[in-house]
Amino acid sequence: MKLLLAFVIVLVLSAVPYIGIKYAGMSYEFGVIVPYAAVAVFILGFVYRIVKWAKSPVPFRIPTTCGQEKSLPWIKQNKLDNPSGTSGVVGRMALEVLFFRSLFRNTKTELKDGPKLAYGSSGWLWLAAIAFHWSFLIILIRHFRLFSQPVPYLINLLENVDGFLQIGIPTLYITDILLLAAVLYLFIRRIAIPQVRYISLVSDYFPLLLIFGIGLTGVLMRYFYRVNVIGVKELVMGLIALKPAVPADIGSLFFIHLFLISTLFAYFPFSKLMHMGGVFLSPTRNLANNNRMVRHINPWNYPVHVHTYAEYEDEFRDKMKSVGLPVEKE
Amino acid sequence: MYNSGKIITGLIIFVGLVTLPFWYSIGKANIKPDPSLNTPVINQMKVKHCIESKQFMIDNHMELLNEWRNAVVRDNKTIYVSTTGQYFTMSLEDTCFHCHSNEKQFCNQCHSYVNIQPYCWECHVKPAEEIANGH
Repeated sequence: MKLLLAFVIVLVLSAVPYIGIKYAGMSYEFGVIVPYAAVAVFILGFVYRIVKWAKSPVPFRIPTTCGQEKSLPWIKQNKLDNPSGTSGVVGRMALEVLFFRSLFRNTKTELKDGPKLAYGSSGWLWLAAIAFHWSFLIILIRHFRLFSQPVPYLINLLENVDGFLQIGIPTLYITDILLLAAVLYLFIRRIAIPQVRYISLVSDYFPLLLIFGIGLTGVLMRYFYRVNVIGVKELVMGLIALKPAVPADIGSLFFIHLFLISTLFAYFPFSKLMHMGGVFLSPTRNLANNNRMVRHINPWNYPVHVHTYAEYEDEFRDKMKSVGLPVEKE
Repeated sequence: MYNSGKIITGLIIFVGLVTLPFWYSIGKANIKPDPSLNTPVINQMKVKHCIESKQFMIDNHMELLNEWRNAVVRDNKTIYVSTTGQYFTMSLEDTCFHCHSNEKQFCNQCHSYVNIQPYCWECHVKPAEEIANGH
């Protein structure tokens, strides 16, 4: 049911621009207004979510400690898994953000004949995740060829590496295949494993199907049903120069692609996809384990008014002297 | 807000990256491609036509060339029959460049605009005009 709902939403989102372009001639709305609005919502929403998170205090250090903590000099510290300083945290975060190290440690528990309980490493989720995220990033960067004139050399290099198999015309990109395959795997995993399916919500299926739709329309445009790519670049260059104009006859497939991406951008700040920003704010990863080395003061501690003995004596010195009490300062 | 220094720095980098295309395009002229048909052979033609319709050529020239290459190199077929029933030699240099002898003003106009880097010139020599100009 949840899956069906997500599927229907993506289908409707694909049909809206098709109908709008084909029958209502709304190419300005879908080519200019929707993308601008989506990017604005994305940036403002993203900043809002991060600032909101940053307002939450982290009263004490809660790094997960996966190795030997810094201790006596002859005990070897595991600097990446139990960092005690900035460099260790930076290394740990880099491995987490770039290579999903904690996901790599995913284990699986199985009850085997005997009965025996067996624990094993389970790397398929990590593999699909890393294939998906890196492909998506490379595809995003490759799209810069439609956003820049002249195109920087690095983009050329990336395109050449990505298309180096030189299969077919236009050249097949490895990341196109990887992205679709990885999304398909992540989707099948979600419906095939009963426990994962049980906890899956519409907001889990929807981004997967949306991204699959974006990839599929992109692949269809590149390899099967041509759109006017010169017109596409003219539109994009107009948008980023803030002089928007929609060239005629781009092809409705492009507008479906653009609308799905706009949806993704606008939906991003309000969804689980915010883990893109959130990963940097994970207190179990980005804090150094220096609980005992440094004094951490609770950020919401109320300023307590204290009246020290010296102040007390200053206030009552005369009275104390007159009844013969000893004072520290004459 | 806690750790505001680090978080604001991160957000500025993020917004800068997202809006990078806007910054990158500032002060750069957006020259639209204009493929030229001004070559001696085309100018002499009474009815200007390619081997197939213009729209077909715009959409499918790359696939056509790929098929031609495979047909010539692998199957030793060198004659292409167009949809109008005309015969053409399957050759980039002899057929295509016979008319389109201006690679820079024709091919490269669109290719460089959308950054397509065809690998034609890994095997083929460029049209005579280009060689004469020392490219």
